[in-house]
Amino acid sequence: MVNTTERRIVVVGASLGGLRAAEQLRAAGWDGEIEVIGDEPYAPYNRPPLSKELLANPGLSADEALAKVAFRRKKQTEDVTFRLGSAVVSSNLQERVLRLADGTQVTFDGLVIASGLRARRLTAPGPMGGRHVIRTLDDSLALHSELKPGTQVVVIGAGFIGCEAAATALELGCDVTLVEGGKGPMHRPLGSDVAEAFRRRLVRRGITCLADRHVEKFEACDTDSTRVGAVVLASGERLPTEVVIEAVGSVPNVEWLEGNDLNLTDGVLCDEWLRPVGTSNVVAVGDIARFPDLRLRQTPRRIEHWATPGDTAKTAARTLTADLAGASLPDPCDALPNFWSDQFGLRISGLGSPALADELAVMEGTLDDIDAGIAVGYWRDSVLVGVVVAGLPAQRLLQYRTQLTAAAV
Amino acid sequence: MKVHVDRKLCDNHGQCAIAAPDVFRMNDDGVLEYDENITDDQVDEVEEAIDVCPVQAILLASD
Repeated sequence: MVNTTERRIVVVGASLGGLRAAEQLRAAGWDGEIEVIGDEPYAPYNRPPLSKELLANPGLSADEALAKVAFRRKKQTEDVTFRLGSAVVSSNLQERVLRLADGTQVTFDGLVIASGLRARRLTAPGPMGGRHVIRTLDDSLALHSELKPGTQVVVIGAGFIGCEAAATALELGCDVTLVEGGKGPMHRPLGSDVAEAFRRRLVRRGITCLADRHVEKFEACDTDSTRVGAVVLASGERLPTEVVIEAVGSVPNVEWLEGNDLNLTDGVLCDEWLRPVGTSNVVAVGDIARFPDLRLRQTPRRIEHWATPGDTAKTAARTLTADLAGASLPDPCDALPNFWSDQFGLRISGLGSPALADELAVMEGTLDDIDAGIAVGYWRDSVLVGVVVAGLPAQRLLQYRTQLTAAAV
Repeated sequence: MKVHVDRKLCDNHGQCAIAAPDVFRMNDDGVLEYDENITDDQVDEVEEAIDVCPVQAILLASD
């Protein structure tokens, strides 16, 4: 028998992925030590409200905000150690040791990679003051403090977070311009026709949308050279502004894994059990893991949805405990992706992988009136691979889910 | 065991009804309905529903 109580699993990352990993390790029977290391000072908290409810919530202190979004600690993880405010800067997976920013070395028998993503920053030159991203609690609170009624705000990037932030800022009374990089709001998951319909909705609500524009540089404001005063676009347009929200995607936090012969192109390349290719006794969890798509047999990809940490933690924890015990492997990860976004009181929900579709059709409602409720189907090679619904009761989403799983994706 | 959903938090996402369909249901208006009293063999699926709730509105307590 292996005496696991003297062995240690270290989880790098103390957000939803790290938390779920610790819970699932206990659920999988791991009774050895678990230490979760996170670079933020906060215990695991829920991120979706950061661009919605929390961003809209007036005058919360960091503690009050954290109390609203913190995850409950489950009984079975009471003995899990959380080392917070501590970044892992490098690792030697062969020697099974991590180095922290303060020089401390931490050894492990098993490792969970859950270091997630950080917000991508624009590289266009100019002052940083007044420019925000939305990834952490501190980001959201700092941005909220600047969103006063009448403030000019330019949002750069029209993915889910950019659209949510634009909607929230407008509802707080700001004057909002949305600079889209590509083919329309949320076009990657939704497709161009649907994106166009959502753009019309944003414009009707009072957001100025500028399609297919790119940022050339930021200009300082007249009274403070450290703060942004205008955004200059490659088209030559100049947008005076007081606040900029950069919502241009994210970057996987993989630097601490360099030097271990891993494939770190766009996250950590894993097998279908979430084991980084070329490692043993290591798994990855959440949106940093790039793993095979067993449903659609597509190239391995990362999934940046809220449900991914929970879905991947289950497989990863069972796999890691099995590998450490020399036991047989569990089922690989094949969870059906799902995502949602809330904008101007409208819930947009998606299932499956609409971004991989080559054809789409409106199945319910009309794109001319999204608020009355729509459902859009997405097909690839004539197989239903995704469904997006907006403004419909959740029961409809559940019905479409049945249709989608019946299509065997 | 007893299930409690904080209705102030619940936003009717419906994820619980996917995880534990025999305990949680969405009615035709899209509003959550659920059984308060569950049996021991339903605990695992309710734990699953607790985890997947985007607003973390579900609690499970012993009677």
